[in-house]
Amino acid sequence: MEIFDIYLLEALVNGILLGGVLALLALGLNLIFGVIDVTWICYAELVMIGMYGMYYLFSVYGLPYWVAAPMCILLVAALGAALHFLVIAPLLGAPPINQLLATGGVLFVLQSFATVAFGIDFRNLGIRLPVLALGEMHFSYARLLAFIAALIGMVVVYLFMTRTYTGTAIRAIAQDRQIMALMGVDTKKIYLVTSALGGGLAGLAACLLVLQYDVHPFVGLSFGPITFLICVLGGLGNFVGGFVAAFLFAEIISLGGLFSDLEWGYVLAFAFFIVMMFIRPAGLLAKRS
Amino acid sequence: MLELRSIDAGYGRFQALFGVDLDVKAGEAVGVIGPNGAGKTTLMRVISGLIRPTRGSISMQGTDVLATAPHRIVSLGIAHVPENRRLFPRLSVEDNLRMGAFMPEARARYRERMDFVFDLFPRMKERRNQLAGTMSGGEQQMCAIGRALMSDPKLLLLDEPSAGLAPVVVQQVFELVKRIRAGGLTVLIVEQNVQQVLQAVDRAYLLEAGSIRASGASADLLANDSIRQAYLGV
Repeated sequence: MEIFDIYLLEALVNGILLGGVLALLALGLNLIFGVIDVTWICYAELVMIGMYGMYYLFSVYGLPYWVAAPMCILLVAALGAALHFLVIAPLLGAPPINQLLATGGVLFVLQSFATVAFGIDFRNLGIRLPVLALGEMHFSYARLLAFIAALIGMVVVYLFMTRTYTGTAIRAIAQDRQIMALMGVDTKKIYLVTSALGGGLAGLAACLLVLQYDVHPFVGLSFGPITFLICVLGGLGNFVGGFVAAFLFAEIISLGGLFSDLEWGYVLAFAFFIVMMFIRPAGLLAKRS
Repeated sequence: MLELRSIDAGYGRFQALFGVDLDVKAGEAVGVIGPNGAGKTTLMRVISGLIRPTRGSISMQGTDVLATAPHRIVSLGIAHVPENRRLFPRLSVEDNLRMGAFMPEARARYRERMDFVFDLFPRMKERRNQLAGTMSGGEQQMCAIGRALMSDPKLLLLDEPSAGLAPVVVQQVFELVKRIRAGGLTVLIVEQNVQQVLQAVDRAYLLEAGSIRASGASADLLANDSIRQAYLGV
């Protein structure tokens, strides 16, 4: 029984560590949805491109990790801004289904592009971070690092959103976009900044995930659906809801994995999602009407 | 200060304004009165750039307003308090005021403007951390006017400031308009509350079905028989 409790604690802590990264992914997607009212179906594919960016900068060009990571974040931020400028901006007035299909199209374009440009081999940085042993429990440094960096990233975004004029405008625009011009705000510019910020968060996630997972053209499928489900469970566009849902999902995956295989953790998490859609279709924190 | 010439405007194929001419001189308070659906709100939206007229010209102190990007019009010194206040309900009072000072010229003087607004509305200072949507209608109207004043405007556009407020609060709003004017600000105010607006402004225009039907000094309009019958119920 004693041993079991330690495994339970280990799984709980690992769940929290996983939750941090999932919350980071969910924040990026929620930001775009909350402000621009568009869902980037291809969000995880931006992460995939970022992971390749890290692979090339670190393994091929030999840059140190701490130099490659900020470059990767900037690269994916630029990609996010380009995605908005080239695909979303022309479709802002279009029906939501068209926007959804367009970003879905970008998903396949990015996957195909990665297949052609980088091949289908699984690649990694070749960094093997040590494992932290606390008594009988083991935690990987890669996960610990990812959790801390994800938290720092989220705190920076929080400060940006609450302490700056641009951040305040990003929150305001989600509440009343028509009158922004009266405040002297150029909504087009705010959308572009928001898209770059969302991309930057995907870039940060890429820098962290590439320490734990191999990169290949379809790696986005491992994070994309779950990120999307977390956002829906938390209420699309609801930052706090997304944060809570990320940790809930991570714990279900981690604890579910403890009792059988890790895959069963995912099955449980998705089953939980479906049940919640019946009980709270508007999201975890939605007020009952 | 502000000159509108032959303005036509509308929404899609629906035309709301027909050849409107309107002048506001520096230091004046001017009212626009008229029934529901006369085009009063459209007129305000055209001036502040929320919609573009299909014909005509607008100039503000000699600058062509129609050649200015909508989000730059506030930098010309035009601040618009929209109909129904349109605060950001889930932002704090302070964040709402901060949005009013978004443009670079106003940011530099943020503290000074904040003090000015808090001086004018001590209640807003007490409620600075409260979510704007949780305040009473009168407080929200003060916050909306405060937000517009944050940009240090030369011309304040007020669209139905008394709508949906209790009579006592309406009184306060018009008192406030007088105080703002006394501070040297030019005011253009759109109202259905004809009696009270005519007591607060120097001149007024009567807008009906998208056209200016009458204009003149407030006292003359108050004495005008057809206006008395149609809008004052006497």
